[in-house]
Amino acid sequence: MKAVAMPTVSRVAVCGGTHGNELAGIYLVREMLKKRADGTEPVSVVTVMSNPRAAQLCVRYVETDLNRCFTRAALSAPVSETSPYEMVRSQELNALLGPKASMQAVDLLCDLHNTTANTGLCLITYSDRDWICLHICKHLQAQMASTPVRYVHFDIPLNEAYSLDSVGKHGFAMEIGPQPHGVVRSVIFSAMQEGVQLMMDWICQFNSGTLFEGGWVDVYTMVKNIDYPRDSETHVITAAVHPDLQDRDFCLLHPGDPMFLCFSGETLRYRGKEALYPFFINEGAYYEKGVALSLARKRRVQIPSVL
Amino acid sequence: MSSRTNISCLQEAKRVAIFGGTHGNEMSGITLVNMWIQNSAEIERNGLVIKPFISNPRAVEKCTRYIDTDLNRAFTPENLSAPDVEGLPYEVQRAKEMNRMFGPKGSSDAYDAIFDLHNTTSNMGSTLILESSTDLFNLQMVHYIKKAMAPHTCSVLLNEHPQLKYSTTRSVAKHPIGLEVGPQPQGVLRSNVFEFMRTILKHALDFIELFNSGVEFPPCTVDVFRVQERMDYPRDTNGNITAMVHPHLQDCDWEPLNRGDPMFLTFDGRTVLYEGANTVYPTFINEAAYYEKQQAFMTTCREILAANAIRKACK
Repeated sequence: MKAVAMPTVSRVAVCGGTHGNELAGIYLVREMLKKRADGTEPVSVVTVMSNPRAAQLCVRYVETDLNRCFTRAALSAPVSETSPYEMVRSQELNALLGPKASMQAVDLLCDLHNTTANTGLCLITYSDRDWICLHICKHLQAQMASTPVRYVHFDIPLNEAYSLDSVGKHGFAMEIGPQPHGVVRSVIFSAMQEGVQLMMDWICQFNSGTLFEGGWVDVYTMVKNIDYPRDSETHVITAAVHPDLQDRDFCLLHPGDPMFLCFSGETLRYRGKEALYPFFINEGAYYEKGVALSLARKRRVQIPSVL
Repeated sequence: MSSRTNISCLQEAKRVAIFGGTHGNEMSGITLVNMWIQNSAEIERNGLVIKPFISNPRAVEKCTRYIDTDLNRAFTPENLSAPDVEGLPYEVQRAKEMNRMFGPKGSSDAYDAIFDLHNTTSNMGSTLILESSTDLFNLQMVHYIKKAMAPHTCSVLLNEHPQLKYSTTRSVAKHPIGLEVGPQPQGVLRSNVFEFMRTILKHALDFIELFNSGVEFPPCTVDVFRVQERMDYPRDTNGNITAMVHPHLQDCDWEPLNRGDPMFLTFDGRTVLYEGANTVYPTFINEAAYYEKQQAFMTTCREILAANAIRKACK
């Protein structure tokens, strides 16, 4: 593959507290805000607490999930005093860091998240050919010894992309688990701090003209979600994620493998025809969204050298 | 009472309640109680009235710990005797209502035993929580449960501390028992945690049924961890935490913590050491709900409690 020349990544945004109970990002953003920029940094970084009211209350959101408010429709909807807090806030963030899909948007937006699922570190984004994001992933994989790093792709067009990271010209959610909501675990905080630092190091090197060799990155593309089995009348869940699947994010799930253990004692198995990679297994915030786990296809993507 | 063989004759335990959802985001108990309200076959026992009950339905509905105030701190004498006026916090109203249904606390009409089902984000495994070192019925019950659950460990936490003891939902009963199983994030149901709690309850009800049928339980000893002290996070002048539980302490509930051992890691990478004179056994390490209660973990000391033989009192 030919080397690709790309514009400098001169403006970066690091956002935490998009969900107010995902504490590693919240504490990391607070620490970064304490260390005031002195103007000599090679890259301009804006650090933002995305949902300060939710962070203050230590809840995921106050009225509606902020990280679903960044579709083109949501960003252009008229807002008033009676609009949900997060709808107003998403438009404020779009004005500050975007506007999405315009030349004024920040070059890279890194949105910090935690999950109760055993995902390790994931960079979650909407493109499987964004060389900047893919190279940052490759860099983190090479440098982070004790944390698995993976690239997760949601194949959704930009207009319908609903999360904060879609506001930047390049962007991803940096998602690290497992961590309960409302808790900060030092190992998770340190991994997030290291991930952000390595991202900044890569950007500085890239901007100063370093050539980064191409190669191959495994990309996990989301295929579908699976809900819990539920009672047909009450909609109450009737099973838990099976102990054989619990905590096995990114371990291949084969047709016939156990998926749920019903309270009645019955085991429900994966009935799909294709072996897929499960992730976000038993994320606490997804019960209300009807998602017990997500399933992805893995493929190797070739990335060019960039400079 | 026979003084020669020192057997304590205790009243039959006829009325038992199982509380889930005292905290609305602790999913094992909520799921079990809802299941048993639908179909109680699994919890039925001869001669026993067993009531599964959702303590805080509004909090359960919102999947949050509490609405106005922590229900599991609300059963104070002041709250229970507060007049019925408008504007009382939801949980205080609820405490009064539950005291009428399952109490009154301290009276002979109160339920005999109440199991209060909880989860924690701490790595406590299966823990049974006692509020008295002299409740022979409870000591014999936890001894029975521990034996039945072996080789799976059940730790016993004793909170008899004059300042740190709190007015729990279950304290309405003559014999209150807390079940605390973790680690499990709030709002999440983990299969293994759910099944451990279910099995512990099965053994607890078996014990009560056996006791009521006249079985004599010989003298026994119970290893417990007695609550000593609450340790908060280091905080700045604004009250924000400045450090996290150290990686060497994280998940090490019930393991000895000695002077000089790492305790906290500040956000800028500095280690804070434990400076207490004696070895302690920390628990409730990094429980999500305790950040606002100024508690990073609790220290305990090990103790062995002895219990007389017990038998149901003859009429």
